[in-house]
Amino acid sequence: MPVLYTADHEWLRIDGDVATVGITDYAQSQLGDVVFVELPKLGRQLKKAEAAAVVESVKAASDVYAPITGEVVEVNDAVTGDPTLVNSDAADKAWLFKVKIADKSELDGMMDADAYEKHTA
Amino acid sequence: MDGHDTASPPLNRTPLHALHLARGGKMVPFAGYDMPVQYPMGVLKEHLHTRASAGLFDVSHMGQIVLRPKSGKVEDAALALERLVPQDIVAVPQGRQRYAQFTNAAGGILDDLMVANFGDHLFLVVNAACKAEDEALLRKELSSDCVIEVLADRALLALQGPKAVAVLDKLSPGVAQMRFMDAGPRKVMGLDCFVSRSGYTGEDGFEISVPAADAEAFANALLADAAVAPIGLGARDSLRLEAGLCLYGHDIDTTTTPVEGDLVWSIQKSRRNGGSRAGGFPSATTILSQIDGGTARKRVGLRPDGRAPVRDGAALYADAEAREAIGSVTSGGFGPSLNGPIAMGYLPISHGAAGTRVFAEVRGQRLPMTVTTLPFVPHSYQR
Repeated sequence: MPVLYTADHEWLRIDGDVATVGITDYAQSQLGDVVFVELPKLGRQLKKAEAAAVVESVKAASDVYAPITGEVVEVNDAVTGDPTLVNSDAADKAWLFKVKIADKSELDGMMDADAYEKHTA
Repeated sequence: MDGHDTASPPLNRTPLHALHLARGGKMVPFAGYDMPVQYPMGVLKEHLHTRASAGLFDVSHMGQIVLRPKSGKVEDAALALERLVPQDIVAVPQGRQRYAQFTNAAGGILDDLMVANFGDHLFLVVNAACKAEDEALLRKELSSDCVIEVLADRALLALQGPKAVAVLDKLSPGVAQMRFMDAGPRKVMGLDCFVSRSGYTGEDGFEISVPAADAEAFANALLADAAVAPIGLGARDSLRLEAGLCLYGHDIDTTTTPVEGDLVWSIQKSRRNGGSRAGGFPSATTILSQIDGGTARKRVGLRPDGRAPVRDGAALYADAEAREAIGSVTSGGFGPSLNGPIAMGYLPISHGAAGTRVFAEVRGQRLPMTVTTLPFVPHSYQR
């Protein structure tokens, strides 16, 4: 499944018309020790670029912006139960929520892994 | 300590700047200095390491100031300083230090500081963000009685935690005999240092002023001990919050009086109404009448029910529906030793008793919290 990246340091794994969203390993390394995660409610209609989730380190709270418009169809309760997952496995087990993509054209312009690596270099 | 300084002038560097970089410190601007917010260990582990073992903090950004009495008698410097603070400085014996605040004409706090009696002079440690204003205040108000000397050529390190005493005693035999708030000149590794048994973590520990040129060698000698890890500003903040200690610019500032800030314990009876040297500091009338008659609000500890941290600036409400805020959070975050969120803030006396339920607004939600006594984590001072 293709993985896309945003300039806001989120990743999206695309499976048909559903995008699984998380923050990147680079983002978690910048945040430091994560102690709290708040996820959007199931069924919420997200608009691209609005605050969708919150990831808090000891020091600060950081918004996670919806990288794409659509309905929240699943949230990862494992990560709210154990926020340290974000530090240990940001790119996989610490996925945050899944969105039913409303408009696939919003994926245009997102980065692939190579482009994102250059972006954070 | 004060918050970030995002202004553009080049950042100052402490004598340990190269050490921070060499140890992988993540550097951030803080009070005009380029300072480590954390090292590769991370804030959580740095915090817990300090509580369990010993942490080394670079606090060289803070101001170190000597007040030397022109008369040669330290009591005259103490009397002069009492014109600016509500504390009894005259009664501080040689070799001891005391917590104090500079007050302003509105009853607010200009800065909080430590004052030590070194026998023939006083030694002050003030906050980084306030040190220029503090120096100007001292020069303006005390120059008739004191020579004011800013010690810009000294670093300041804090070694904090239950193993601090054993580590430092190897480099300065006998330091273990010091009690909490003892302070004075002392040889450490043969260097001319000023050592106090105090700190900003709630743990036993020491603050050591060391000549700038020797600071890195001294820090490396401490870090060579397996018990000691370097600790950044992130854990410094979570440690002091758990200890219920005020952060200047957040929990106390020019709009809060020492009485509202729940710092009456730091104002000795001799300076209160009926005392031998009552008043005589800025806005003494206001502050002393508050000690006698109370205030409308005070600083309290707060524990959120849930897991969500409630941070500086969050409005506080009497119930989940109330429209009018009754106070606000001044420091808040996560307490690693408590494994949960903690905060401090100001509430009306009517809502300030331990056990009172209040609500904080966070991202549009009202989160329930309980007013609690401070500190969150008991102090381990060696009195």
